[in-house]
Amino acid sequence: MTLLSVTDLSVHFPVRRQGLLGPKQVLRAVDTVSFDLKAGETLAIVGESGSGKTTTALAVARLVNAAGGSVKLDGQEILGTEGEALRKLRSSVQFIFQDPYSSLNPRRRAEELVREPLDSLTDKSPAEKQEIVDDLFAAVGLRTEQQRLFPHQFSGGQRQRIGIARALATRPRLVICDEPVSALDVAVQAQILNLLRRLQDQFNLTYLFVSHDLGVVQHMSDTIAVMYMGRIVELADRMRLFNTPQHPYTAALLSAVPTVSKAARAAQKRILIPGDPPDPVNLPAGCRFANRCPLARDACRATEPTLTDTGGGHMAACHFPTETASLRAPAA
Amino acid sequence: MSLLSVRNLRIELSTRAGVAPVIDDLSFDLAAGEAISFVGESGCGKSMTALGLMGLLPQGIGRIAGGSITFDGEELTTASEARLRALRGNDISMIFQEPMTSLNPVYTVGEQIAEVLREHQNLSRRAAWAMAAELLDAVRIPNASRRVSDYPFQMSGGQRQRVMIAMALACKPKILIADEPTTALDVTVQAQIFDLLRDLRRDIGSSIILITHDMGAVAEMADRVIVMYAGRKAELGPVDTIIERPRHPYTKGLISCVPHILSPLTDARADLTEVPGIVPPLGAFGADACLFASRCAHVTDQCTAARPKLQIFGSQHEAECWHAEEL
Repeated sequence: MTLLSVTDLSVHFPVRRQGLLGPKQVLRAVDTVSFDLKAGETLAIVGESGSGKTTTALAVARLVNAAGGSVKLDGQEILGTEGEALRKLRSSVQFIFQDPYSSLNPRRRAEELVREPLDSLTDKSPAEKQEIVDDLFAAVGLRTEQQRLFPHQFSGGQRQRIGIARALATRPRLVICDEPVSALDVAVQAQILNLLRRLQDQFNLTYLFVSHDLGVVQHMSDTIAVMYMGRIVELADRMRLFNTPQHPYTAALLSAVPTVSKAARAAQKRILIPGDPPDPVNLPAGCRFANRCPLARDACRATEPTLTDTGGGHMAACHFPTETASLRAPAA
Repeated sequence: MSLLSVRNLRIELSTRAGVAPVIDDLSFDLAAGEAISFVGESGCGKSMTALGLMGLLPQGIGRIAGGSITFDGEELTTASEARLRALRGNDISMIFQEPMTSLNPVYTVGEQIAEVLREHQNLSRRAAWAMAAELLDAVRIPNASRRVSDYPFQMSGGQRQRVMIAMALACKPKILIADEPTTALDVTVQAQIFDLLRDLRRDIGSSIILITHDMGAVAEMADRVIVMYAGRKAELGPVDTIIERPRHPYTKGLISCVPHILSPLTDARADLTEVPGIVPPLGAFGADACLFASRCAHVTDQCTAARPKLQIFGSQHEAECWHAEEL
């Protein structure tokens, strides 16, 4: 069953490049993005900085305003909702932030931080709230006596556990995780990733998972959307995307990840994508990846490819998706 | 003979709670042209080692309390400040983690690179500027002769890190210390920076000390690796040997706690191996026990009773663990 359905979502930011009186221009941070997410599953959005992955997540959570499109949670439109209806909605969509150091109020005790969504979004009795907080502390692996402590008395990993407990307080349907482990040390990352997966089973959670780390995404998600310059360039299930990527950008990303295995390093062929992404305000005609793409030709510079099904639900926005495999083949 | 030789180095930090050894009895050698890597979590003393080598320990707080650092036959722990100044940037240079904050925003990148050349190589203003443009070209910034008059804010993160590298390499140093050079960068940019460092190492013949927390980066870049834990060397050896057969449970944990991309990927997704807990606080450093014991699955009474002795395997592989033999 589809829980979250995003159609042609766009987010635009006005920018003024040349001083205060310069012309206003529009930066299309998210440009007609569409995807569906089934209940109980995890969809990951990956991409490099500036690709629009976090902005997409923020727009779904109504934390930035969308310029157009539709976001439906269980059939109910999120984008137009206002007032009391929006407040109700917020209890079913919660957010886990990237930085556990700055996303917790330093003057609140851990229990208050976790209880806050219950205070503002529900009308439960104090006793009920306390019971929920106790359960959440146990579920995320914190001790009851730690409820009285302030954020600075916790380590980074423990703070992220508080952030997770807070996000789960209202029993949301959808949890948006924005780079939940990238501020943490590698050993602590594993603890948090295992916790997130355990909680997903326990509370039947649906995750929208934003990350730049392909290893983490591979481990966490069922479906993956790769974003580049505000657009989804490839959308496929985990096995297909990692084993047979169809967009040259995805293939290049995968080949850039350093690996510890000697055999994998020998088998892997680096796909070079020289240069920088184009100016997001003055996008080129045609494919946005064309200036860095090893497969680019005139057709790519003339018309922009749309995200199309290349078979079995594997979507790619490329004019020549079948040629990507040739990039990955080791040199003879 | 090795280019850099560190023997029983001890670096102490004075904290409010007292003096703590952030580096405790560290010894290693670096050969000319070799790439060695320090890995570990934050707070394990990786960056402190680098700062110690450079003579850049925080003044009044950190000091070298014992041991020796010999560079090219010269003792650095007792060298004068003037001598260290001459070495820094010239023979030993460093790339910092944050390309956003380690460049001066009010000078053009050309001026900042030229400054190094004028200071250390006594080049004229004009010659230094021309050299700066050449260096930018060498680190593959397109249009280098024009970009040399750009300010840092006009460049992307990857380009700024290239400027840092150009600056570090301006005097063709014998040792380049790279402290998490790609942590703030995207993976495709990281791959480009690694390529660049590899090429420059081949062309100039510099030794590289790479500080990182990413075992993948170690495998790609280094010949040998030193795993640091709580100020001590947990394990040292050739990269391939250690990845294949880590002898210290911490190394094992560092390798297996990261979700790797396997090819081909399979449906199975086992839970990640957890290393429970966190690095001990500074106050616990220096105890006569294994500092990893509280997080270790193989812990025995011996581990909490005394600091493990260095165990040596083959000619190059060593681990500081009582149970290294069995692992």
